[in-house]
Amino acid sequence: MIELRDVHKAFGANKVLQGVTLSVDKGTSMVIIGGSGTGKSVALKCILGLVRPDSGQILLDGEDVTKSARGAKRDAFLARFGMLFQGGALFDSLSVWQNVAFRLLRGSLKRPKEEAREIAVEKLRRVGLKPDVADLFPAELSGGMQKRVGLARAIAAEPEIIFFDEPTTGLDPIMAGVINELIREIVVEMGATAITITHDMSSVRAIADDVAMLHGGVIHWTGPVGEMDDGDDPYLQQFITGSAEGPIEAVR
Amino acid sequence: MSPLSPVAAIGRSTLHLLAMIGRVTRYLGETLSHIVRPPLYWREFLAQLMFIGYLSLPVVGLTLVFTGGALALQIYAGGARFNAEAVVPQIVAIGMVRELGPVLTGLMVAGRVSAAIAAEIGTMKVTEQIDALTTLSTNPMKYLTVPRVLAATLAVPALAAVGNVIGVMGGYLVAVTRLGFNPTTYIKNTVDFLEASDIVSSLVKAAAFGFIVALMGCYHGMQSGRGAQGVGRATTNAVVSASVLILAANFVLTGVFFTE
Ligand SMILES: Nc1ncnc2c1ncn2[C@@H]1O[C@H](COP(=O)(O)OP(=O)(O)OP(=O)(O)O)[C@@H](O)[C@H]1O
Ligand SMILES: [Mg+2]
Repeated sequence: MIELRDVHKAFGANKVLQGVTLSVDKGTSMVIIGGSGTGKSVALKCILGLVRPDSGQILLDGEDVTKSARGAKRDAFLARFGMLFQGGALFDSLSVWQNVAFRLLRGSLKRPKEEAREIAVEKLRRVGLKPDVADLFPAELSGGMQKRVGLARAIAAEPEIIFFDEPTTGLDPIMAGVINELIREIVVEMGATAITITHDMSSVRAIADDVAMLHGGVIHWTGPVGEMDDGDDPYLQQFITGSAEGPIEAVR
Repeated sequence: MSPLSPVAAIGRSTLHLLAMIGRVTRYLGETLSHIVRPPLYWREFLAQLMFIGYLSLPVVGLTLVFTGGALALQIYAGGARFNAEAVVPQIVAIGMVRELGPVLTGLMVAGRVSAAIAAEIGTMKVTEQIDALTTLSTNPMKYLTVPRVLAATLAVPALAAVGNVIGVMGGYLVAVTRLGFNPTTYIKNTVDFLEASDIVSSLVKAAAFGFIVALMGCYHGMQSGRGAQGVGRATTNAVVSASVLILAANFVLTGVFFTE
């Protein structure tokens, strides 16, 4: 279980998170929605310790992880996570399969090269990529393909907690459907805990158990996906319908 | 503008400088602590050794052969003013091995390598690849900084050694073809004159310069601001700070080695 308690984060004068409180149960899929620039990506990075919150607590299975652990403890913490970055963040000096198998080629999960490659090719297949992209370099792929390689890398070591930052942005509708299904499968079949950020409402409905809306630096609304449409919160309704008219200003 | 604002500006830049020295020192400490702790990423280390050492050879060789040649011409012309033309081999050797060989090698590598390192790591920083490394349980200091710093510290002395020979050869070619020196005597004078301490100091200097080059490249890359502009600034800062630090370190090391 992941819990954020009153998390604050500012970059200079830019107050991004202003008291985020959120909890995600083990084995469930949480989707975070919210306007561009509201700090969704920053919130995920805070949980991973890539960005240090100014104040507040982040608990993983009841243990505070805000204090930056070092050495073996930090390694053990990170080994539980997989993350798809919004921009893919593929290593451009490594080939596609070496990116996907990065974790399997070094460190505690190290295994023989052939085996790591086999796993990489299998994960690539699951995100809809043919084996022949395995030997290409990230720069030779389209944006949507890079995104899917990033996704394959995030799930390669079968972590128990996975963060997906906009997994379907830049994909065609069919491929987006494939990815939505994959994320759902990972949660249901592997029992993983997932937090997904997306702007795509059809993705939200396909992936989510619970939904949280980030607005104004706080979680403005949270609840099961089924209650999302009945909610009478005008902010949430404006976001779901994608209307330019409403309480959320279009210029931010 | 208030009359005190120049003072404030001086104060501000002094504080900036001190803060930067603090950050670099901390980065240095962190680098050293990672160097002595396993694991070492061998593949990255060997790739960097290739990139920094072998691929810098042409530019270092060209720089030093021309410098050696010019040095011979200058010493001959200057020496002629007090009938000391004959000292060309000795002065070329000492100037090359003790100073110009390591310093010019360091500066050329600073231009080529610290810029490349800062650009690569800076790009990795702004495209979140450094964050991705962390989430994949790989420490960026260990994976990126340590292999580069170790490789440069080993490769630059090797480069300087080859560069010294090429530089002396440059002087030799000019002296023999244009200044009428006897080839055998020239070589003999060079070899007899150089002492082991000259060569040791040359290599130690080069190792220090290599360390500086890689450290500055990595540091500024990791500090890179956001966007292409951030990477550009990181690259410039890396080259400038590496060059200045090399010249300062050279002064200090020369003092250590050659003042009795
Ligand atoms: N490293 C950083 N330094 C300074 N400001 C940052 C940094 N990272 C994020 N920000 C700022 O924090 C705010 C939130 O950024 P974030 O990337 O979390 O937005 P987001 O909700 O993910 O938006 P999007 O949906 O467009 O991806 C932005 O105003 C951004 O400029
Ligand atoms: Mg984002």
